[in-house]
Amino acid sequence: MNAVLASAFWYLGRGTGVTALVLFTIAVALGIGVRSGRPLAGLPRFGVHQLHRTASLLATSLLAVHVGTLLLDPYAQLRLVDVVLPFAGAYRPLWLGLGTLALDLLVAVVVTSLLRDRIGRRAWRTVHWATYAAWPIALLHTLGTGTDASTTWFRWIALVCTVTVAAAVLWRLTVTDPRRGLQSEQQPRMATSSGVGGLS
Amino acid sequence: MSGTRTRDRTAARLHIDWTACEARGACLELLPHRLTTDDWGYPRPRDGGSEILLHARDVPDAEEAVALCPRMALTVLRSPGR
Amino acid sequence: MTGPTIAPVGVSAGLYGLVAASVGDLDAHLRSLGAWPRLDPSAIVALARTAGLTGRGGAGFPTARKLESVAAAPGGPAVVIANGGEGEPCSGKDAYLLRHGPHLVLDGVQLAARAVGARQAHVYARDAGSGDAVAAALAERARAGLDTVPVEVVEASGTFVAGQESAAAAAVQGRPAVPSGAPERVFERGVRRRPTLVQNVETLAHLALLARRGPAWYRSVGVPEDPGTFLATLGGAVVRPGVVEAPHGMSLGDLLAIGGGLSEPVRAVLLGGYFGTWLTWPDHADVPLARPWLRPLGADLGAGVVLALPTRVCGLVAGAQIARYLADASAQQCGPCLFGLPRVADLLARLAACETSPGLPTEIERVISMVRGRGACAHPDGAARFVHSTVTTFDDEVRHHLRGGCTVRRAV
Repeated sequence: MNAVLASAFWYLGRGTGVTALVLFTIAVALGIGVRSGRPLAGLPRFGVHQLHRTASLLATSLLAVHVGTLLLDPYAQLRLVDVVLPFAGAYRPLWLGLGTLALDLLVAVVVTSLLRDRIGRRAWRTVHWATYAAWPIALLHTLGTGTDASTTWFRWIALVCTVTVAAAVLWRLTVTDPRRGLQSEQQPRMATSSGVGGLS
Repeated sequence: MSGTRTRDRTAARLHIDWTACEARGACLELLPHRLTTDDWGYPRPRDGGSEILLHARDVPDAEEAVALCPRMALTVLRSPGR
Repeated sequence: MTGPTIAPVGVSAGLYGLVAASVGDLDAHLRSLGAWPRLDPSAIVALARTAGLTGRGGAGFPTARKLESVAAAPGGPAVVIANGGEGEPCSGKDAYLLRHGPHLVLDGVQLAARAVGARQAHVYARDAGSGDAVAAALAERARAGLDTVPVEVVEASGTFVAGQESAAAAAVQGRPAVPSGAPERVFERGVRRRPTLVQNVETLAHLALLARRGPAWYRSVGVPEDPGTFLATLGGAVVRPGVVEAPHGMSLGDLLAIGGGLSEPVRAVLLGGYFGTWLTWPDHADVPLARPWLRPLGADLGAGVVLALPTRVCGLVAGAQIARYLADASAQQCGPCLFGLPRVADLLARLAACETSPGLPTEIERVISMVRGRGACAHPDGAARFVHSTVTTFDDEVRHHLRGGCTVRRAV
């Protein structure tokens, strides 16, 4: 392969990896925003939902480019099997494997989301929880195997991404609408039958 | 809400799965002329009653509400023969 | 919990059917009635249609139409559920039938299964006593090779909403007995996504007798618009509370007389149980208990629970207690019911406690109109109907209470 082309793939692969992480962070934060059921910074609720979906799909597309270009780049030594099977790679198998794992989880989340009418609410929701695992795994992958991981600019990006997700999660855990919490956390109740005094 | 005129114009009905609805409110934003809230934030028809009737022109917005409801609580039920 | 004493009272063998035919063991059942007739599905539906048989679970839906809907629904062979869930705490008729006349009910199950082309049936029993009785009856029938469709007994949780049709379908599949919010009704999609016939056990018992005696016999009692007999559970201020059988069209006073009459002065009778309406006493003593007379009064028999409210109990206080029970009995799945019913119960309790806020009645009406029709099942509708009846029937009492007094003057 032409050295220039190989380099192009390499740089594209790295760049899309970082951008995908950023977009993925935005998607997770917006997902938490959807869960809150509130408007966000002037956006109506349905706007938050649409933005969450757009960010997720963009992140996924960039991820596809990230994986595709690295498959084509001879320097990366990425095999097709490494794209689906974690921890089997030749180059930095652990950190690469985390990337594969994150990708696997993400594919499951995206496919179930696109098909959620067919699979039903409970199945969709269960798989969707995997995003809370996929995001930190993706972050670790970037820090471990990313070529730019040691640069200052990337460390700033990683920090901002981490703070964003941590803040969103913390906010979600502490701020609960007491009215909504009552319904969603309530299990179907089994009130004991009893007669009413004065009548029976 | 009754009368043949209303029935003629009704193209569909918005069904809410009440066991799923958590008053998140996206549908209220997408169908503001058809929906208002009760005391607790849950959607109800603006013109009274308990059934949410949709004209043909409301159906695209209603379909979007169905897709965007985070709890998948909505279904558009078409009237027979439409 | 213990229900009312089940003491079937005063029904003569020749005139009526269900109580007389509830003989318990299979031998006696076969001696008196013979095996259930293997009629054609269309013949069974025709029987129900000609007889004018309606559901006895509370809704009173025409049975023939229900059988046809299930039979016609696509989606595989149907499933039958004999609904003895009987969530209403004051009702005892389903338990009575399952314990004393299980073979009648089980004959009805076989007939209904035949009518809808079902290959599987379940008996949904309210408690262990009823469940055990049905299981014993099924064992007898198995030895005799009587049934064509296998029947399984499922015990209900005894909660108020457990008897709702989609809750019953869920319970039969081992899931929590709470209603489903899906747009499809159980007759289209119920147990294992198949068309499901959920029929009250009393209705099935009537069908079992109809199959032997024919619609002319069934229609020989009752009134043309509301033929046949029904089971009622008498409670409250009656001498002998319990399950009785009576023809439609019998007067309210005569029905109470079967239970020995009133045990003390009564101010009103609650017809239809906790989702029912109040009829003041004694002005409604002569009301025939059948649709043509009850409907104009906004009343109906429901599942046959008849409760006599003594004059020493304030109607608003009793109403507030029942409203509180209904709020607690919510499955708590749906927002309007979960938030609306406790709100109504609070308001009614304040009114019952003689709070002098003039806006209370209007606010009660506003909230109940907000919950009607907005839930996965008819629980909020039933509660709204009951509360509305309470504040309109006892409007004199409401006026007294808003002035800070109560005609009963007793702390309950």
